[in-house]
Amino acid sequence: MSNILEKPKSFYTDFTRKGSADVITTHYCPGCGHGILHKMIAEAISELGIQDRTVFISPVGCSVFAYYYFDTGNVQVAHGRAPAAGTGVKRALPNSIVISYQGDGDLAAIGTAEIIHSANRGEAMTMFFVNNAIYGMTGGQMAPTSIIGQKTTTSPYGRKAENEGYPIKVSELISQLDAPVYVERVSLADVASRNKARTVVRKAIQNQIDGKGFSFVEVLAACPSGLKKTPLETNEWVKNTLHTIFPLGCYKDETATRTPRFAPAINPTSDQVLTALNLKDDHSDYKASVDKKNFIDQNVKIAGFGGQGVLSAGTTLSVLAMYENLEVSWIPSYGPEMRGGTSNCNVRLSNKRIGSPLVENPNILIAMNGPSLEKFESAVRPGGTIIVNSSIIDAKVSRKDVKTYYVPVTGIATEMGVPAAQGVAALAAYLAATNVIPVEKLEHVVHKSLKRKELADKNIAIIRKVAEYITKGMEDNKKCLTGF
Amino acid sequence: MKVPRVEIRIEECKGCHLCIAACPKKVLESSGCLNNQGYIYAKYKGDGCIGCGICFYSCPEPGAIKVFKKEN
Repeated sequence: MSNILEKPKSFYTDFTRKGSADVITTHYCPGCGHGILHKMIAEAISELGIQDRTVFISPVGCSVFAYYYFDTGNVQVAHGRAPAAGTGVKRALPNSIVISYQGDGDLAAIGTAEIIHSANRGEAMTMFFVNNAIYGMTGGQMAPTSIIGQKTTTSPYGRKAENEGYPIKVSELISQLDAPVYVERVSLADVASRNKARTVVRKAIQNQIDGKGFSFVEVLAACPSGLKKTPLETNEWVKNTLHTIFPLGCYKDETATRTPRFAPAINPTSDQVLTALNLKDDHSDYKASVDKKNFIDQNVKIAGFGGQGVLSAGTTLSVLAMYENLEVSWIPSYGPEMRGGTSNCNVRLSNKRIGSPLVENPNILIAMNGPSLEKFESAVRPGGTIIVNSSIIDAKVSRKDVKTYYVPVTGIATEMGVPAAQGVAALAAYLAATNVIPVEKLEHVVHKSLKRKELADKNIAIIRKVAEYITKGMEDNKKCLTGF
Repeated sequence: MKVPRVEIRIEECKGCHLCIAACPKKVLESSGCLNNQGYIYAKYKGDGCIGCGICFYSCPEPGAIKVFKKEN
């Protein structure tokens, strides 16, 4: 043990993420409970040696900016969803230590479903619930945990049970469930409570390290600004009032008897993925042709209106890339309409694991209609490629730092009698123009996205026609480097 | 430097005075002076600290208080 008590190493040295001139103090008000709890958590992270595998889940509320302070992984999530996002992190990275941190408005109002169900599933996370009986950040509105008679900006005559219900006792609720391992309520209002809180914080985190499962700590804390009292008065109020309504203590502790359970890393093999997608059989006689080692990441955005086969072009490309043993992600974005409306999908192909499936700056844009080109042209990375469906889009690409190919994909597909294949035609144009994956390989997978298998031959004919169009265009037009 | 002792970084103190109330030896006090941020910061009287760390865990600011305990 060090002989010096100072800022724990799990905090950043300077809080430069604040973006203000002051990088040494937090944004919290004087006397705020968050700062005290942050310090206890940071100290535990440092002393337990888990800083490099901790992922902090910051909520909405005053502690939204936890990522200013904790030098750990961080996901800042939507209001109330910390336990849901934390579940995702923990399941994807079972070796991580997930610390979910929420206030009373976040956890006990908008996020009630998430906390109850994550507790009920017994997710192996550590949950901190800061209960200060008020909405602090938004200016002192009534919280689910505000006490009967408490005057707030939204209960100016005092909270009434008949109108607003009773303060929710979350620790009591959670402790009734079978799955949670450890549930305790502590307070930061006086010296003895804070000493106890430090031990409990550490235990709740240690439980996760030991694979024990869901550990929940409710922390009664002071919000002097929200309660419109001085810091010392607020702590007195917490002690004299909140402690009586939310009794401190351990509500459940099965730490000693639970068998540690460590989820295996979710890392399916390519074979398992192909089997799950029912693609295994077709794959067996497919010969991969991509030089995986030198593969350049493809961040593809395919955009158009619903019914143009935009989404299925994306899945076809994904299947092809899987056959080529590449890492793949596909994520759609579309409106509620089955046809019409705007529709686009993001496809990422890489020789490395893909972190996020989103494509904000594509190096390939396939624009199937005018609005899509208008919307995404400026987002394309310099040096990227744009495939323009010239059957529909009259406009020309104004950028000079991208390669553009004008291909009448709707026209070619329609001419061949399968207008629905325009997405596949656009895909063929992309592959023929870039040779990222040889375009003829598309012929092996095109039937995968077809409901009517008898159209496979026509689709193959369309692919060949588009490929020919591109090759001929390149020969005819020596400006091929800037597209045609 | 003498140990045990407590150091309060004036510019990190927000003047909540929780440390003053928590100190069992009552060796912290209000300085009566404003720091650059405009808070009346706390200060160590200069003598009597036992290095218990209670003030450290009362303080919401990560780095405002540093406690030097007695060598083991």
